[in-house]
Amino acid sequence: MSELTKLGVAAIRDGVAKGDFKAVEVAEALNARVSAAKALNAFIVETPEKAIEAAQAVDVDRAAGKPLGKMAGVPIGMKDLFCTEGVQTTAASHILEGFVPTYESTVSANLWKAGAGMLGKLNLDQFAMGSSNETSYFGNVISPWRRNDGSTAALAPGGSSGGSSSAIAARLCPAATGTDTGGSIRQPAAFVGISGIKPTYGRCSRWGVVAFASSLDQAGPMARDVRDCAIMLEAMAGFDPKDSTSLDLPVPTWEAGLNSDLKGKRIGIPKEYRLDGIDEDIAKMWDNGIAWLKDAGAEIVDISLPHTKYALPAYYIIAPAEASSNLARYDGVRFGLRDLPEGAGLQDMYAATRAAGFGEEVRRRIMIGTYVLSAGFYDAYYTQAQKVRALIARDFDNAWASCDLILAPTAPSAAFGLGEKNADPLSMYLNDVFAVPASLAGLPAMSVPGGLDKQGLPLGLQIIGKALDEQAVLNAGLAIEQRSGFTAEAGEWW
Amino acid sequence: MSVDKDTVNKIARLSRIAISDAEADKMVGELNGILAWVEQLGEVDVTGVEPMTAVIANKLRLRDDAVTDGDVRDKVLANAPAREGSFFGVPKVIE
Repeated sequence: MSELTKLGVAAIRDGVAKGDFKAVEVAEALNARVSAAKALNAFIVETPEKAIEAAQAVDVDRAAGKPLGKMAGVPIGMKDLFCTEGVQTTAASHILEGFVPTYESTVSANLWKAGAGMLGKLNLDQFAMGSSNETSYFGNVISPWRRNDGSTAALAPGGSSGGSSSAIAARLCPAATGTDTGGSIRQPAAFVGISGIKPTYGRCSRWGVVAFASSLDQAGPMARDVRDCAIMLEAMAGFDPKDSTSLDLPVPTWEAGLNSDLKGKRIGIPKEYRLDGIDEDIAKMWDNGIAWLKDAGAEIVDISLPHTKYALPAYYIIAPAEASSNLARYDGVRFGLRDLPEGAGLQDMYAATRAAGFGEEVRRRIMIGTYVLSAGFYDAYYTQAQKVRALIARDFDNAWASCDLILAPTAPSAAFGLGEKNADPLSMYLNDVFAVPASLAGLPAMSVPGGLDKQGLPLGLQIIGKALDEQAVLNAGLAIEQRSGFTAEAGEWW
Repeated sequence: MSVDKDTVNKIARLSRIAISDAEADKMVGELNGILAWVEQLGEVDVTGVEPMTAVIANKLRLRDDAVTDGDVRDKVLANAPAREGSFFGVPKVIE
């Protein structure tokens, strides 16, 4: 492996700026690595020419002495949920196969403006609905990790940002975009031993991101360490008049603000997250995390988030309800697939197109959403769920009276095998039990590696912060990173 | 509340998704499983609680009533599966 492909975001940016190597050399090395890793199925489309083009522009700017952007010379993977002008954008669905946007999402445009280049479009769960990357129309993404018992069983890279997590863990790219609706950045990051942060709802523009559940969807960076996440989040975030829920606030300088001294910070440990029958490796990692944060100067306090157990069921009403509305746009008329059976009318065309174009999990969620919003059931399901959601947010507000951050596991288990949780949709949903509450409350939350379990698989620690306090979340993540000694990498078998 | 096959077929119709008989049968079990699980929300006391409408307090902005984009007909039509001239083509709706 070329040394350049081992570098993270900061190292590439700094090396390019200093002239240690050219941006084009990095892009070429990573393009080669991406193209040799087809067995992981992390990319739906590879765009080596885009990576080279962006790198050449950075090299030209540097030679001319022009100022370089925050991500200058850093090639990244782009989750295929972000519209990219001139490059197919599918949300990993058949219904959008062949869709080539004529516009660029705000987040991806911000990244290109900052000097990043695109290695390709990353695979994901279809419409970001899934926790294992098994719902993609373009096939499962495989995690580069394997269990330490010599088995070659294919493991889930997590979801929905599973192409992103797999590609970063396999060192095909130093960083990638993710989106998080109910854990889709944090759970895959935890499954492959990398870092990822979902910022406060409204920090990153949703404009040009294929919509799943608009009140929850939030983009964020995934990378190999906390500093790289801070750098990339700075490049992605910012006010966008084209998104009505975008926060009109300046973007903090999170990288410059990194500081792992946690003196004066109070870390809440929510008792409701200590589920009966919690995996003992998870419990041990959590205890280690507590010790690390204490060592960094923080005070540990016990807190209660009493409505935690209702977060998942509330999520599985609210998210499908919003999805059923958002996905009404796929009608076979304006873009994407059209299935027009012989002699069919308009209504039959809609129904045939959507049956052929949406995968099973997407159809299931659209139908649940349609049901809970239908006449006679709206109040019992949807209104009740939104009230419970208000109570979940209030739980956090109450907790902030006694703590500044919350520490919990990211997921209740390490990565599971592909196919292991497919029989019952509910068992898959339960994997997001620790991730969903912060999504419902719109809070910034990050996963950082916390160690390996008995099978030799990575586990993630989750830090949840107050709205807009990404800095404290990143700082606690850094404190953990400096103490966990996590350097494990997946062995290269692909 | 639980759903039967007729209800599943009705939801599919409202969702504009064609489903086969076998799919409807399978969906009855799956939807009932999920609905039985979300039913636990009913036990939460929500007296006096307003349903959440905004995750992060944020005032909706007003913008000037001005045309700031447009004139992109070909871009809008670029991905149409059945473009007809400068229109989206659809099957005949009126006999």
